[in-house]
Amino acid sequence: MNFDFSDDQQAIKRTAHDLLADRFKPDTVRALAEGERYDDAHWGEIAELGWAGIAIDEAHGGQGLGIVELAILAEELGYTVAPVPFLSNAAGGIAIQHAGSDAQRERLLPGIASGETRATAGLLRNGVAALVPDADSAATIVLFDGGGSGGVVLDAADCEIEPLATIDQTRRYARVTPRDGAGEPLDGDAGPALDRIATVVSAEIVGVAQKTLEMAVEYARDRQQFGRPIGAYQGVSHRCADMLRETESARSTAYWAAWAADAEPETLPVAAAMAKALASDAGWNVTASALQVHGGIGFTWEHDLHFLLKRAKVDGALFGSASQHRERVAALSGLG
Amino acid sequence: MDLTLSPREQAFADELRGWLAENNPGEEPSGDEAAWEFRLAWQRKLHDRGYAGLSWPEEFGGRGATLIEQAIFGEEMARAKAPMAANLLGLVMGGPVVIAHGTQEQKQRYLEPILSGEEIWCQGFSEPESGSDLASLKTRAVKDGSEWVVTGQKVWTTFAHHAKWCMLVARSDQDAPKHQGMTYFLLDMEQEAVQVRPLRQITGEEEFNELFIEEARIPDANVIGGVGNGWAVAITTLMHERAGLGAGSAASVKIALGQLIELAKENGVADDPVIRQKIAALLIETEALRLNAWRGLTQIMKTGIPGPEGSLPKLQWSAVNQGLTELAVAIQGEEGVLRDSDWTYRFLRARANSIEGGTTEILKNIIAERVLNLPRLR
Repeated sequence: MNFDFSDDQQAIKRTAHDLLADRFKPDTVRALAEGERYDDAHWGEIAELGWAGIAIDEAHGGQGLGIVELAILAEELGYTVAPVPFLSNAAGGIAIQHAGSDAQRERLLPGIASGETRATAGLLRNGVAALVPDADSAATIVLFDGGGSGGVVLDAADCEIEPLATIDQTRRYARVTPRDGAGEPLDGDAGPALDRIATVVSAEIVGVAQKTLEMAVEYARDRQQFGRPIGAYQGVSHRCADMLRETESARSTAYWAAWAADAEPETLPVAAAMAKALASDAGWNVTASALQVHGGIGFTWEHDLHFLLKRAKVDGALFGSASQHRERVAALSGLG
Repeated sequence: MDLTLSPREQAFADELRGWLAENNPGEEPSGDEAAWEFRLAWQRKLHDRGYAGLSWPEEFGGRGATLIEQAIFGEEMARAKAPMAANLLGLVMGGPVVIAHGTQEQKQRYLEPILSGEEIWCQGFSEPESGSDLASLKTRAVKDGSEWVVTGQKVWTTFAHHAKWCMLVARSDQDAPKHQGMTYFLLDMEQEAVQVRPLRQITGEEEFNELFIEEARIPDANVIGGVGNGWAVAITTLMHERAGLGAGSAASVKIALGQLIELAKENGVADDPVIRQKIAALLIETEALRLNAWRGLTQIMKTGIPGPEGSLPKLQWSAVNQGLTELAVAIQGEEGVLRDSDWTYRFLRARANSIEGGTTEILKNIIAERVLNLPRLR
């Protein structure tokens, strides 16, 4: 039993943390979010570092590492709310690698791994995928059936893509409608791919929650009211303790799901469902609590908190909400 | 990262499981005396096999188990629904305090009878006016030659009516600041000056006691950790009470959740979406509790310092146990309020979970002050 990262994984986490802190300073994130755009140089650097293909087979141009390493990067990117098409491309890569055919893997994974021809993924309900990250700039779009039983691999050119104005301006989203009969069916079982994607989204939420927890605690130490720091009052300090509980629980569960994806696949369905259910709720509860701790200043556009709060809310809705994943947990736990 | 047991840990779990399959005496008999004899017999059995002082160093009759092995022990005992050892407080608090702070003579004198269950220990910390604010306690110890004369009142002393020794914290210097001037004593319960009165709880049981101490005598040799160091010694005791609790408590809650799922089916509400959401949320919180506990243990073993997640299990366990027993009662509707039901008992007993061993509010203070480094209230 060793519930901690290996030395190599620690090194990935540290490197990513330091690099992203430098590249995505609050002012940079704000400028990109307000402009509703990405900076190609950021993506170029991420691709150069091999992050785009971190969990893709070496045979297909990736680094051949696991979901644990991918989750580490997602968490660190979440921590800075980095406006980059990383999560979408990772989801597309997982979809092809774990549910695609050999031919699809050969054709599509090298471009996903190098970051040159990006992919994304979404959930299809009644012929429409309502919320697909970065669909407007991806070359390949994988749409899973809402029930998680199958899916279709599409050329972006075969889809109607309507950019959406969501609350999360740090990332582009679109509604995707595939043209009738377009695309190839996904060969494999969609479940293991969807569980891995849900796990990576959960890890991103952990990073977002961690950042807002730190912001709230720092503010509670500094801000003085009634002659003492507000963090001395239990109304505030107990709220912060609850934020820690939710953040750490989401972290433990997301790491467990990531480990299960790589080492104990039979545990993955329940672990991923638990991770996404917990992270979706924790992401919102922790960021909303952070806003409450900040008081009026937290409600201003000028403060950075809202970028994290909104990212957490949209992440919570991606690839299954908390209540959808709780229902899966119930079904997997003997309730029938 | 490896969330499976190492070959050595697995061998330990297998050994335990095999031994439990042969030796677990099962459910306790009814009646206080019969139940007590049953627990004493169970403790002797544990001791014969070397499981009683699992975490104690081998030189003191223990097994020197790692934290992971202690957690495995907690899990397997919970899974097997094994009874509690009679001298629980001696094993998890008394022994470790003597080992950490006791003299050579004290170790010689006290440790073996704790393991064998020959001498039962109880804990005299809380007082009617000193609960969470333990350092405000008023029980007085006054020096008289080579003895101390102790007067005061203690409350919530589990097993007091069976105990030979009480871990007693009393104020030995009336003029010292609040956190100083306290001393940790071992009080011999077998004297007229100590009166034990059972305390009836909302369950109707008498699990705890009140202790009335009127000029009791404690020899100098029974001071642990030096005069005036009572606070530091008491804190060690409380830390031992909380350490390693997580994994075992998650395992027992998981069993209870299995029973709750059966109850939901029996009552025809297993397909009710609201019930399903609630049960799923409890299952998830239990898994988070288990994982936080294991992650905390890994941190302590690697660095010697508990990580932030290690402070969470007690808090989470009490919330989950209260939540699941409340749901069990709610599922049974009008039948759920009948006294003659195991669920009703557990539902009422669970109210104490967020109070005993540190209230939820105190644990949140600890997290805020020591983990998040927020400013202190006081």
